[in-house]
Amino acid sequence: MDKKIFTINSPLSGTFYRRPSPEDPPYVEEGDEVQPGSVVCIVESMKVFNEVRSERAGIIRKVLIEDEDPVMINQPMFEVEVI
Amino acid sequence: MFRKILIANRGEIALRVIRTCKEMGIKTVAVYSDADRESLHVKYADEAVNIGPPLSRKSYLNIERIITAAKQSGAQAVHPGYGFLAENATFAEACAGEGLKFIGPTGKTHRLTGEKTAALEIAAKEGIPVSPGSRGALSSPEEAVRTARETGYPVILKASGGGGGRGMKVAFTEEELINLLSVARGEALAAFRNPDIYLEKYIPEPRHIEFQILADEYGNFIHLGERECSIQKRYQKLVEESPSPFLDEDLREKMGRAAVKIMRSVGYTNAGTVEFLVDAEKNFYFNEINSRLQVEHPVTEMVTGIDLVRQQIIIAAGGRLKIDQETVKLKGWSLECRINAEDPEEDFKPSPGTVESLIMPGGFGVRVDTHLYNGYDIPPFYDSLIAKLVVWGEGRHQAISRMIRALAEFRIEGVKTTIPFHKRVMEDERFIKGEINTHFLANLVREVG
Repeated sequence: MDKKIFTINSPLSGTFYRRPSPEDPPYVEEGDEVQPGSVVCIVESMKVFNEVRSERAGIIRKVLIEDEDPVMINQPMFEVEVI
Repeated sequence: MFRKILIANRGEIALRVIRTCKEMGIKTVAVYSDADRESLHVKYADEAVNIGPPLSRKSYLNIERIITAAKQSGAQAVHPGYGFLAENATFAEACAGEGLKFIGPTGKTHRLTGEKTAALEIAAKEGIPVSPGSRGALSSPEEAVRTARETGYPVILKASGGGGGRGMKVAFTEEELINLLSVARGEALAAFRNPDIYLEKYIPEPRHIEFQILADEYGNFIHLGERECSIQKRYQKLVEESPSPFLDEDLREKMGRAAVKIMRSVGYTNAGTVEFLVDAEKNFYFNEINSRLQVEHPVTEMVTGIDLVRQQIIIAAGGRLKIDQETVKLKGWSLECRINAEDPEEDFKPSPGTVESLIMPGGFGVRVDTHLYNGYDIPPFYDSLIAKLVVWGEGRHQAISRMIRALAEFRIEGVKTTIPFHKRVMEDERFIKGEINTHFLANLVREVG
């Protein structure tokens, strides 16, 4: 099996949020399909909330960071399989 | 007097409070998150307690942990600074319940001032001018349309539970109003857990002018003059000054009296601020009460010579106000520039990171309130404010010249800051003439492009 995997990396350092608000379901779960432009998470940096979008189509294989954990700039947040 | 105070905050304001405590011979307890281990407030305080992970909700907003830290360290009082829990009624009450003195107004006052429509109602009842509008929360789009017909367009929609300009919408037509009302409700619910929206006549290009109040626990009130805070970016203040170039003695006295009156009617204690919007014809309208020490309090300290944190502590300890209104004189002029770790060239995008080199300005009439040091790592988890550059001058022109000189000396390498932006504001002809309103910055940004 030769699966092509790419990662979605954080555009800036801050806090990683999987959901739009604590009551909402996560933007994406493992196994979900994403399209170019799909919002996959929020990274908050200095009180500014930034939506992060997938640049390519794929299937989320792995969420690499816990919800609400710190994230560094360029740190991979999702492993995505190319479809 | 208190022997030990816990400071429930971080950054420059934690340092600011610690400094006054040291001068008063009061021991200090700092609290810090995992992201702030190397912070200056931790080093300056007599003791420091870790209160959890970087995420504010789990540390600086964690009431239980902060109260536990206060109890275990034997602190008698808690200073909340600004932001975080400073205006949180539950926190103020939790402190009181544990025998800790909260340095600020009571929980009851916080609840009242936090509900903007309630504060407006009280102001109107006291005969203080408020913008014409619905006063209370709108019950239906029909009510919004009816009210807007009475006040005339444009109108502004504001969130009852909001503040800091978040969720505000301006409508120029009936159709727009109906659409924006449902948008505003949704945003208010998401941001403040309260969908209530009220409507006011929109004042075009208003000035934002606020009055500093001190009130002891025996019913004595004074005001320490005004602060002009019209230089804002998306309702966030960037430059403040005292006095305001727009007020004369007569208007100052009138607004000061109105400010004291409303604070008296809400039973306010400790330091607080009354915000007004002022139109081009010098009509003023009560906007809201900020039940905390403000970020921009140093400009008031510079022109009055009064240490506001010291006054807060004396009042909280049961002391009487020893300053008469008659003796309060605004001497000279003070300006503050908020230096943020943001890139003004890229729409003020956050710029956390390591301070690789730092040179502070100095000299006569210059004050820098900052938690920066060489090698400090500015974390991305909190506010972007990294320094407040404050100057004093005999008059406004001297203050501006001094600010330009101090901004030129101030070197922060490693992160982007708003210093270059402030230089442009200080050299702008309209700013120098005092022709400023809350739209000044948006216009300047547009022109610089």
